[in-house]
Parts: sequence; C-alpha cells; structure tokens
Amino acid sequence: MPLSLSDPTWYPIASSEDLPFRHVYQGQLLGRELAVWRADDGTLNVWENRCLHRGVRLSIGINEGQELKCQYHGWRYANGSAGCTYIPAHPADAPARRIENRKYPVREAFGLVWSAANDDQPFKPFPDAEAKAWFPLRPLPVNASPDDVVAGLARLAPDDQPADMLPGMAVRLETAIYFVQPVDSGRSVIRGLLAEKPANEIAALRHYNEMLTKLRDRLEKAAARKPAPEPLQPSFEKVSVDLATMPDIAIPRGTTFPVLVKRKWQSADGVIGFELADRDGKHLPTFQPGAHIDVHLPNGLVRQYSITNGPGELMSYVIGVKQESASKGGSKALVETVREGDVLAISEPRNNFPLRRDATRTVLIAGGIGITPLLSMARFLDKSSLPYELHYFVRSGETAAFRSELEVLHGEVRTHMGIGRKAIRKEVEAILGLHEFANHVYICGPGPMLEMVQDAAAALGWPDEAIHFEYFRNDKTIDASSSFEIELARSAMTLHVPAGKTVLETMREAGLTVPSSCEQGACGTCLTGVIEGEVDHQDVYLNKSEKASNSCMMTCVSRARSHRLVLDI
Amino acid sequence: MRNTLDSITRNLWHVVAATDELPIGLVETTTLLDTPLALTRGLDGEPVVWLRRDEEQGEEIDAETVLERLPVKTAYGYTWTCLGSPPAELFPIPEFAEPDRVNMSCGSIGIHVSAPRAVENFLDMGHFPYVHTDILGSEPHTEVKEYDVEVSEERDEVLATRCRFIQPRAAKSATKPMEVEYVYRVPHPFCSVLYKSCPEDETRQDVIGLFLQPVSEERCRAHLLQSMIDSTSTITDLRRFQQTIFGQDKPILENQYPKKLPLDPRAETPIRADKSAIAYRRWLSQKGITYGVIPQAS
Repeated sequence: MPLSLSDPTWYPIASSEDLPFRHVYQGQLLGRELAVWRADDGTLNVWENRCLHRGVRLSIGINEGQELKCQYHGWRYANGSAGCTYIPAHPADAPARRIENRKYPVREAFGLVWSAANDDQPFKPFPDAEAKAWFPLRPLPVNASPDDVVAGLARLAPDDQPADMLPGMAVRLETAIYFVQPVDSGRSVIRGLLAEKPANEIAALRHYNEMLTKLRDRLEKAAARKPAPEPLQPSFEKVSVDLATMPDIAIPRGTTFPVLVKRKWQSADGVIGFELADRDGKHLPTFQPGAHIDVHLPNGLVRQYSITNGPGELMSYVIGVKQESASKGGSKALVETVREGDVLAISEPRNNFPLRRDATRTVLIAGGIGITPLLSMARFLDKSSLPYELHYFVRSGETAAFRSELEVLHGEVRTHMGIGRKAIRKEVEAILGLHEFANHVYICGPGPMLEMVQDAAAALGWPDEAIHFEYFRNDKTIDASSSFEIELARSAMTLHVPAGKTVLETMREAGLTVPSSCEQGACGTCLTGVIEGEVDHQDVYLNKSEKASNSCMMTCVSRARSHRLVLDI
Repeated sequence: MRNTLDSITRNLWHVVAATDELPIGLVETTTLLDTPLALTRGLDGEPVVWLRRDEEQGEEIDAETVLERLPVKTAYGYTWTCLGSPPAELFPIPEFAEPDRVNMSCGSIGIHVSAPRAVENFLDMGHFPYVHTDILGSEPHTEVKEYDVEVSEERDEVLATRCRFIQPRAAKSATKPMEVEYVYRVPHPFCSVLYKSCPEDETRQDVIGLFLQPVSEERCRAHLLQSMIDSTSTITDLRRFQQTIFGQDKPILENQYPKKLPLDPRAETPIRADKSAIAYRRWLSQKGITYGVIPQAS
C-alpha cells in the first residue's frame, strides 16, 4: 500500500528520552521533517521543521524553555501555538500579523512520542495498552519501505504462532509490539515496546537489538535489489497573502472567542485577578509582552485589560482588574457579577505597547494596576536573561498586586510604597538618570503619573522613541471643528461630515449599521479601512506607525485633514 | 535537471576560479551549471577553460593543445567563463583599478545551497547578531533600520542604500558599538558587491565582492574579492576574517529549505528588513531566471 501524505494514523516519531531538557529533536514522518521539543512546563511541540521567515530548520534552533528561537534571525515562536512573538530586526514593532508555524498533533505515551499528519483522528492507544507497564526498546532505522519492514517483522513469528497484525503498521510478536514509523517511502524506524520491564535491561536491549539488526540487514539487502521508491513530496503551505505582501500593518478583524473564567481571586486590596482559559483546554492565541485583550462584559461594555503572562504561557491568560468604586460599570461589572465558571467573550490579543529587546537598559515603571503589562514584560526579559529594572509605585494603604509573581523574578524589582506626589517625581528622576544610548523606559499607570514620568524623562534627555507608554482611556480633547466629505467605497455613498459631528454619527444617520463601543477612540471597535485621503487621527488606539500608514482610522473620534476621505465600508 | 537552465543564465559570465590559484601546466577541475569543466593556465599566465572529458585533477597539460575552448575573461582577480554567448562586458567595479587599494581573492568555499540563496544571505543584515555574533553584530543591537532599495534600469542592477547597522567592532580602533553604513549592489544574478565606510579614510569605501559559481541548482561555490584601503592588516588577517564569516554562514545556509530560492512571494514571510531580498527576487523573476530558483507558478 503506497504511503499517503494525508494518512491520519498516529505513529511514534521519537522516544521520550530523545527530548531532554532544552533540546530540539529532528524527526521525520511521511516525508515531512519535524522539529520536536519539550517546553519547561512539559508541553510537547511537534512543528514543521522550518522557520517561516527564510526556511531554516528549527531543529538547529534554541529551546529557550518557553519559546523556540531560530538560529538565523532570532525569531521567537511560542510554546503551544507556534506563533511568532518577536522579530529582532524590528524591535519596536509587535509582529501584528499572525505568523504561525505549521504544527502537528502530539501525544506522549508508553515511553514514546506520537504524532500524525493531521488532526483527523483522535489518539487511540493500541489494544491492551493501558494494562501493562511498557518498556521501550532502542529505535532502529531501516532503509526499506515501511510495508516491507512490517512484512519482515511478521515473518519473525514462529510458524505455529503467527504474528498479530495491529492497525497502524504495528506487529505483536509474543510479548513485544513493534511499531513501524513511516519516515519516507523508502525509510522506516522500528520502535518496539516490551510488555514489562525486563529483569536485566541491558541484556534485553542487546538481545532485541541483535535480532532487529539481523532483520535490518536482510531488509536492506532486499531493498537494494528493488528500484528505490520515489520519496514523498510534501509541499510547504503557502503563507497568507497579507503576510506575503508585507503591509506595515494589517487591519485587525475584531473577532471574539469565548473563554472560561477558571479562577477569580483577590490579588491585593482593590485588585482582582482573573484567569481565563479555553473551554476545551486548548491553548489560547499567541500574544506578545505588553499585549491586551478586549473583554466583552455582561452589561454590553467592552474594556481592555493587559495580559500578565510570561513567554509561552498560553494555557490561560491572567489579567488584573481594579475594583474602582467610581468606575462606570466597566471593571465593576467584572468584579461584581462575573464568577468562576462563567464564560466571557474576549478579542485576540493586540499589542499597542511592544517591548523592544534590543536595549542595553530597560526600565519598567508601574503605578498601581499599571503593573499588569509590565509584569508580562519583566517575565519575558527574565526568561531571556536580559537586564531590566521594575519599579512598582503603590499608594499608601494599597498593597502590591501579583506579589508572589514578582518575587520569583531575577531582575531588580523594587516596590515604592506610599510616596507623596512631589517625592515621586524626585524618585523617578533618580531612577531614570540621564539618557544613554539604547536605554528604554516603559510606563503604565494612572494618567497624571504617565504624564509626570514622560515629562521627567524628557527633561533628562530621554528622546520620544525611548519613552513607551499606553493609554486605556482617551483623555485628549477631541477637535471636531473640521468639515469634509466621506466616500463609502463599498456602500457607494458620499456623505458630508459637518463640524461637531463624528464620522460614525454621520454614517449612522445615513442608515448604515456600524459597530462601536467606547466612542472615545480607545477600544478599537469602530476601526475602518481608509482607501484615500489623509486622516486626522485623534484616537489613542492606533500606534504611531499605524497612524502614519494612513490605511485605517477610528471613525468615532478621528476626522480628515484632506477635504475628502474614501473609506472601505 | 538541465532543462531548467534558462538562456539568461546560460549566456552569463560565471566565475570559476581565482586566476592566481590556477596552476600553469596542470589541470584543475570544476563544475559549472551541472557541466564538468577543466581549467589551466598557459605559460603566458592566461587561463584556459574547456569542457572536461576524461581529464583529471592535477594531470599535466600543455594549454596550447586545448583547441576547443570556452570563452574566458579575467576580471577582479578571477577567471570567468560562459557556456553560451557571453556579453562583451562584465559588470563594472571601478574601485578595483584604484592604485592604492589592496585587492585580493579570499578563497573559495563550497556551499550546499543554491547561488541565489547565498546572494540573499549576503544582502541580509538581520542575521549579523545571531550568526556573526560579536563580529558583524551583537545582541541586543538587532534592529535593521529603514533603508532604500531600487532597481536601476539604466544599469540593470539592484541597489540598496542607507543600510545601517550597529556593529560591536566596526573598526579596529572602536571601543564602543557604532553604526556602520553599507551600500549593496546586485549587478549580476549571482554576484553582489558591498561598499562600507573605510576606517582609514572617511571619504572612501572598502569594497567586498561576492561572486557565486552555480555548480548545480542546489550547490554553489562562493568566491570572495576584497578591495581594501588598509595599510596595517596582513593578507592572512584579512583572509582569515572572511573565512571565519563564511564558516559561520555555511551551516545556516545548508539548513535552509528548499535549497532553491522560492520566487513566489507567498513561499516565505518577508519583513521590512528584507526589502532588498524582495527586490532581488522580483528582479530574478522579471529576468526569467529559472536556474537555482523555484519560479513563481504562472
């Protein structure tokens, strides 16, 4: 039977002991090369053995524990999702487009690592598998077709006790089961399991090795007499058009997906932690440090919360929510009405606050709940052994949130408690010092603190591009004095936007249904593509390069600089 | 294999050896575009190249007896030949003729990858901190800043300018990382020339030429020319430096799949730093080159 590239059968591809700490193993199944690695949290990854950027084998890459780093350009791919989290050539940009490597299903059982060409079949252990304590034999590669190897194994059986042929190229001979891994059309690996651990392991391994080596010699001699079978020709999947055309930014789709509230707890006075996980226990989408998610609340509001996780932690997202008494039903709804076991809709992670990893000095300054994105950044820097300082300012009477998470970090982590407003500035100035080459500061906290740190840094010679911050609320005064035309390309409509009225309102009055949420240019819901014209951006959602690209806008606050805008709507 | 040899590639001049290293009166063998070649030099020092039949490496030969010869050109210290009808001229490197320069061939290294993949690696700055650690780049300085790329119609070459990168030891005197500026030219489908600021004279540039000999679609030999303004380093120093760099690139390039350069924009994932590579791939596509590449499906 010829091998098929789409064969859904699970085959063993490695022994468990082929995957020691921080190693990347090169495997092959049905003609496809695989990069197989175990993350520090135990998760096994079986990926196509090729970096999406320039095709270099990932099996020569570096297993950093929670991420795999390509040797050629240092691209990092996350444990579990195989999504790209960092591109060092562009340290100031988050890889906004979803660059995700091809991955294959994986299961570890009976001392072997199993995989399949696709997800069409669930993993099913062989008959009686659970009943015994299996002992794996040394794998033996054979340069012969998998079918010939299966037949050769079957012929080892004595005449009066024929071999038991199991599904999935497996043969049971007495107390041993042999699996044939179809490496390619002319190459196989025999992986055997003994039904129990032998009394003398070395003697048993030697015995089976000798027996199988003899079989291999016979099979390879026979194979050499036959014409070599044509190797399988697996094709590399093409990357999506938007990845290939290299736009500066991609318009996010605004899709949401449901997550389960797995845990809810008091992390500090006034700060509630939420752990959100996939309902079926699968991993969540790749995120980068500094990224946030939109959480759709039961009362219809949409609010943004930073992910606090470290690299490769995709089994759940942890967010911190401030219990503000003054909150207009945003955080309040989460804190008061959402319970463990509830399902919430969230957006895919989005990053307006990317972390550069090319700094010689990284200073993280958090005020209160602003610790959340900076905790994630600190964890990423920590895992990569990059130097950083984390300064966490807490008001008097407050307690520090995520304390146990901060305690395990190796960098310089300092909590500054109950310092008065004027003294804070002095403290911040002392922390920052004069700007030097390749120094970067990241600030997250209440509006006034954000402005104070920016101001202090600027006074000490820190240039704009070295000061990084993120707003979750748009406190800017919106200038709605302009008037202009909008042409709606897909709706074939031209409308006039007068002074004092937003693009969003004008479109709604004309009978269009346009989604929106915060209506202050912070949440991203009303994001619209721009085909022509110059946008007067007034939001805090799009980052600088997105704004500069002039390819999208937030219709709730932004307007036109030109007299006409052509929108993709 | 041979049927992918397009007429453009067939009619190009291709590098085959450092002229100085060709023995006079002895046979040297090599392969170009899957074609076995034999080479030697006559008593006048001029290289002779012909289609190899049963000649073996190191055999004695009198160049005068070789009657059916391939076209030959000597340029930039190297011997060039052609399997078809070559153009009159090879691409220009005017700096080579400047009298105060040290011009040298820095050796030839076989790489199990297609020639265009090796060109692309030469144009790429993003790999410096990872592959040429502490020489051409070092973490954390990994950024590839915006640069300019154009395809010059007049000269029919890809030109990348304003290419800047922070290097740990850009010059011998440097103690701190500093930014160097490069200009890359791709004047030939399998050759590239790099200009970089010269530490000894701010008004001039050091020149490094990379000439690739396409042995087969998936193998090449890299020949390197250095044309430097350097009064202190010895030739051994400069050669050793370039061989170190090549030794670092080789294992990475040999782990690249597919080995031929895919011209379909959707085959791999480009980023802004790859602008010059994108222009190069497009230029090859427009020229109709099919050798050593996976052409875009029409």
